[in-house]
Amino acid sequence: MADAVLPGPLAPEASPRIPAWDRLKGDRNWLGAWFMLPAAAFLILFLAYPLGLGVWLSFTDARIGRSGIFIGLENYEWLWDDATFRLAVFNTILYTAVASVIKFAVGLYLALLLNQNMPLKAIIRAIVLIPFIVPTVLSAIAFWWLYDSQFSILSWSLRQLHIISSNIDFLGDPWNARWSVIFANIWRGVPFVAITLLAGLQTVPPSLYEAATIDGASRWQIFRHVTYPLLTPIIAVVMTFSVLFTFTDFQLIWAMTRGGPVNATHLMATLSYQRAIGGGYLGEGAAIATAMIPFLLAAILISWFGLQRRKWQHGESND
Amino acid sequence: MTILTRRALVKGGSALAAGALSGPALLEWSKAWAQTAPWKPEPGAQLSMLRWKYFVQAEDDAFVKLLEAFTKATGVKVAIARESYEDVQPKASVAANTGAGPDLFWGLYSLPHLFPQKCVDVSDVAEYLGKKYGGWVPSAVTYGKSGGKWIAVPICYGGNLQNYRLEASKKAGFSKFPDTTDAFLEYAKAMKKNNTPGGMALGHASGDGNTWVYWCLWTHGGNVVDKDDKVIINSPETAKALEYAKQLSDNMITGVASWNDASNNKAFLAGEIYWTNNGISIYVAAQKDPTKNNIAADMDHAFWPVGPIGKPTELHLMYPILVMNYTKYPQAAKALIAYMMEADQFNKWIEAAQGYLTHCLNAYDSNPVWTADPKTTPFRDVAKRSLTAGGLGSVGEKAATAIADFVVLDMFANYCTGREDVKGAISIADRQLRRIYR
Repeated sequence: MADAVLPGPLAPEASPRIPAWDRLKGDRNWLGAWFMLPAAAFLILFLAYPLGLGVWLSFTDARIGRSGIFIGLENYEWLWDDATFRLAVFNTILYTAVASVIKFAVGLYLALLLNQNMPLKAIIRAIVLIPFIVPTVLSAIAFWWLYDSQFSILSWSLRQLHIISSNIDFLGDPWNARWSVIFANIWRGVPFVAITLLAGLQTVPPSLYEAATIDGASRWQIFRHVTYPLLTPIIAVVMTFSVLFTFTDFQLIWAMTRGGPVNATHLMATLSYQRAIGGGYLGEGAAIATAMIPFLLAAILISWFGLQRRKWQHGESND
Repeated sequence: MTILTRRALVKGGSALAAGALSGPALLEWSKAWAQTAPWKPEPGAQLSMLRWKYFVQAEDDAFVKLLEAFTKATGVKVAIARESYEDVQPKASVAANTGAGPDLFWGLYSLPHLFPQKCVDVSDVAEYLGKKYGGWVPSAVTYGKSGGKWIAVPICYGGNLQNYRLEASKKAGFSKFPDTTDAFLEYAKAMKKNNTPGGMALGHASGDGNTWVYWCLWTHGGNVVDKDDKVIINSPETAKALEYAKQLSDNMITGVASWNDASNNKAFLAGEIYWTNNGISIYVAAQKDPTKNNIAADMDHAFWPVGPIGKPTELHLMYPILVMNYTKYPQAAKALIAYMMEADQFNKWIEAAQGYLTHCLNAYDSNPVWTADPKTTPFRDVAKRSLTAGGLGSVGEKAATAIADFVVLDMFANYCTGREDVKGAISIADRQLRRIYR
């Protein structure tokens, strides 16, 4: 924005006789601001305002249908000692960490496979996307049936094979339930990671591979020193998104367990909804939602300042 | 089994089934009613109503017909919107707060008590109906009244009772469903031993889950709050209720901790469980599906067993209707409520609901829907047996929050699944309740 620092051509001509409004309309210094205005208004109205309102609500005792009064940090003090909230934080971190790592590993592996030349390439790539295309609630309901304590096809099959004697209590036992919902999330999230990484893989120039092959690099060395460094920027983006989506997941949990059994699968998002909309405590729900922000910021900062650093991409000496 | 049709039911009824009116006769009756009713709709009046979404299509059809008849008789148009029953409360709260929205809200439990000062005083309607139809059941009065006046008219209850299979129960040595908590535990044990177990939801099931844990708490003398809304959950009675629930749940089918409101219906209809708590929906579904008719023939309903406290402690869903005080047509709204509840309309409507809904005006006990099929008879009395959502305390938003946030349900689930000991489970609930009731 060089124009921003240079005086615009109209500025010197501005005389006291020209109304201020006309000067603003014509001033090139202001022109940029005018063009930004629609975007800024959009962002403020639909992003900044709701976010600000949410944070404000978390400092009040607002209830549904009734604006509250300012109560400072009371909601947060309450949550600090709340066993259910702590459990939800633990669940959320576990859910995000395990699901993101596995999604990344499986997604990268799938991307590398799909990057090979094979027959029916386009069709296979399309099929991989299916879990991502199915509406979340539908897939959640499908998983709910798969995990049903009485009608699970998984339990049934294992029983027919005489591997187990009674149904597996997928969603009734706390740890079973956690792994079950994490698996459902992974199933749903892998295509996004795989397809995005595949797009990244295709931008790697073949000449680099040729050069590496001529230098006698092994397949692992090619991956480690050619593919991986060039893929880092896209990994940063895709993992940031993946972590954000996983951390704020709501539909899968709500459709499958509603946070049960005994809150073992409550995430911060579902607990926030239960307290704010179900229970009517908007202020407390907003506080739970606001408490997610530091975690999300940390995740974003790690990916952007960590993975994006040139040192990571181009070796130790190149900072 | 006798084949039931609405027609047969209507014919079977005697005095009250003047509800056989239809076509021109109905219109005449409605017009005459509109002439004599104490409430004269304002000229040009129009009403809008938000109601909970129906469970049975026939019920909604009958309701729409009822509204059409009202429009014909009085000229008042009624626009109707339907929301899932959990969503009526937030919408009504916002409408009450902003002073704009539907004129009438038909919701759940303590809805009108969230904003009693925003509700039109409908004492005249409630008293008129009470006088004409044998009086209101006690719990309906609690739900309907605030500060000495009626702020809502209790339309009906949704019953939640024990559903059990006859053959399997007989095999376990019980010719009828146990009526005390001790016998109930023996029953659960015997049924489990015979490989015909039952189960009740311990997951976040708003209807079935809450119903059974509140029953268990109350029947052992435990209470969430006393009559002044002071939290008294931390008591030896609560501990006893937890111990009992643990023994009971140890003798249920595995997986109840993951159940939602639909799980027990599925399991019962698939022959996986042989007793559970539910509305009449399992029975109705079993009758409708030819492949499940054997289940309908082999099942029945029973009241909840009575525990140490010695009297019924059941919790059934209440559906009250309220008029917002911002309405421009309070007289029309009152006329509509009174019209809905008159025998000629109400009888037909409650028949169409097939037992899902129970009246809270005593005179409707004689509706043939309750006697034509003895298996629906227990549902006739749920209004009389029901306690209110607040237990000993008030029925306001605090009680509603405690239910919506699953505080008591989680306390039971915490202990029954072995996640917490008795003390831990109670103290977590105690802490949450103290915040809700502060």
